[in-house]
Amino acid sequence: MDPVRKVEGRAYPWGAKNIDTDIIIPAHWLKTISREGLGKGAFETVRAQPGNIFDDPDYAGSPILIAGDNFGCGSSREHAAWALKDMGITAVIAPSYSDIFSGNAFKNGIVAVVLPQEAIDRLVEVAKTDAITIDLETMTVTTPFQDRFTFDMDPFRRDCLMQGLDEVGLTLARDTAISKYESMVADVRPWLKRERGDAGVVVEGSGRT
Amino acid sequence: MASKPLTLYEKIWASHVVERREDGTCLIYIDRHLVHEVTSPQAFEGLRANGRRVRRPDLTLAVPDHNLPTTARVDAAGNRLPIADHESAQQLAALERNVAEFGIDYFGATAPEQGIVHVVGPEQGFTLPGTTLVCGDSHTSAHGALGALAFGIGTSEVEHVLATQTLLLSQSKTMEIRVDGTLGYGVSAKDVILAIIGKTGAAGGTGYVVEYTGDVIRGLSVEGRLTVSNMSIEGGARSGLIAPDETTYAYLKGRPMAPKGEQWDKALAWWRSLPSDPGAVYDRVVTLQGSDIAPSLTWGTSPEDVVPITGVVPDPESFTDASKRVAAQKSLDYMGLTPGTRMQDIPVENIFIGSCTNSRIEDLRAAAAVVNGRKVADGVRQALIVPGSGLVKRQAEAEGLDRIFTAAGFEWREPGCSMCLAMNPDKVPPGERCASTSNRNFVGRQGPGARTHLVSPAMAAAAAVTGRLTDVRDLMGAQAGG
Ligand code: SF4
Repeated sequence: MDPVRKVEGRAYPWGAKNIDTDIIIPAHWLKTISREGLGKGAFETVRAQPGNIFDDPDYAGSPILIAGDNFGCGSSREHAAWALKDMGITAVIAPSYSDIFSGNAFKNGIVAVVLPQEAIDRLVEVAKTDAITIDLETMTVTTPFQDRFTFDMDPFRRDCLMQGLDEVGLTLARDTAISKYESMVADVRPWLKRERGDAGVVVEGSGRT
Repeated sequence: MASKPLTLYEKIWASHVVERREDGTCLIYIDRHLVHEVTSPQAFEGLRANGRRVRRPDLTLAVPDHNLPTTARVDAAGNRLPIADHESAQQLAALERNVAEFGIDYFGATAPEQGIVHVVGPEQGFTLPGTTLVCGDSHTSAHGALGALAFGIGTSEVEHVLATQTLLLSQSKTMEIRVDGTLGYGVSAKDVILAIIGKTGAAGGTGYVVEYTGDVIRGLSVEGRLTVSNMSIEGGARSGLIAPDETTYAYLKGRPMAPKGEQWDKALAWWRSLPSDPGAVYDRVVTLQGSDIAPSLTWGTSPEDVVPITGVVPDPESFTDASKRVAAQKSLDYMGLTPGTRMQDIPVENIFIGSCTNSRIEDLRAAAAVVNGRKVADGVRQALIVPGSGLVKRQAEAEGLDRIFTAAGFEWREPGCSMCLAMNPDKVPPGERCASTSNRNFVGRQGPGARTHLVSPAMAAAAAVTGRLTDVRDLMGAQAGG
């Protein structure tokens, strides 16, 4: 993943509360087999309304989305994070998120900043005309008007985002520990290792479909 | 020195810690990984993009279920029939490519063992007591019925498990849900779990791993236990364990992927050490009396909206909580129901007997016992029986159950998720009502505008033959047609 130290630019000044994953990406987009291309379906129902902010040329391509409480509630679909990323959003600012969404956002390199409602209200105002800056180094959100809001973030997540480390890569680095565990299990619970191609199993992949 | 009594969950957790990090999260080893077509393509794509392999193909098993149409899959000459929906076909083709490329055991669309992932795992003996088992699907909780710590994961986690065979997790709180006593006449496992969720609420289990205990649970078959554990997630808990016992071992012995010979004996000895120790402490305990549970069903759009079949549609004003009142009114508007209506007076146009909750052989037997000699009522437009797997289907056919159903006017389908979710051609039309043995009655779950009432297989069969929601006890024991 690309490291993220700073996200700077225009922001969609939305502020809407309880945006569920169905609004972020409607269910009929879930049949895709790729992470790419979901930007086209992002906020489809919102975009069906004339004058919506996502099709406003002032904000098109903004890297930041400002939202209200409980962003990303609803289903656990990771497509919500993929859709945001595919439409170019690398950071969201909101007073709160659903747990699953914030986990999914992090895993996909999206910065989910938590700020109180007053800060959100102010940022929505600023974003209508100006760019804002999220700095992971200083853990601040700033505007050209001397606003400065500090936020908290899990140090592990912050580290991963700033270094562009993906979780799989981090765990693969623990290979020795995993192998050690595996050889212990081979001794004490040997039945867990499964013989490939037990009776009844199709082993030749697509051969017998 | 006496050691602290541990729960089943704590024992499984402790035996799977690869590493504990400073912040208390643990790298947990995953013993079993089930893969289906919907949540895996992007995970394999991620592996490919990074040049990674599947660490333990032997601990992984793949089977398509969600997208597959449940109509015939081969023509008279045995040639495979194409899938009309382009995107479904694409997801299924992607799974076939991925299992071949990464060397994963696979039950394809026409393999006799194919079925719903949560039916196939236990049936094959792939699911074992004391294992950690994951799948990119929230109803993975089902496998807890055999004493496996089983839970649903997202696609990034699917990729993580494929590549590392581990997950980073924090330990959950524990909840004991004890169902004491015995069940009344005509009351099934589905009624037990509906009653539990009706009591604890759809979010009652959030943050907990549940363990179901008590005489009622002990008295259930493995099939019935799977129904209970399956719906743990509808009560908010990601996992719902049931301690392994003689019923579990008898069920597993001789299954194709279960340990054999000396390995079986070793496994059995370890499994016997797993049940929670006397005096083990849970963070929360909920108790129910089996005799208080009636055949139950849902009236609204949340699995917690449960009433006994003898009850009426509740009045939103009767809820003390203001947000519940609003939610109830919304539910009733969607469901097209008026407060005070007797549940038994509500007509249904669709019947679905299937899904990973209720599509095993015992479920089909229970439904067939009610249907036998009767006919699907005139007002019912669609009545589907969808066995959970090809092996269940064969077994049912060997017992003649298929003929009971088709003689009554039911459709006898190929295994898959079917009408449980509107992702394949089986759907409930907008505005129509369905008595369904599945696990979710969410808005639009069975199709846009579809109205779902969750019931047991016997209750769904009863609704099919009367054309309205029905107390199955009124039909049981009575002469067919009487
Ligand atoms: S039957 Fe329904 S709940 Fe079960 S795995 Fe399939 S879609 Fe999910």
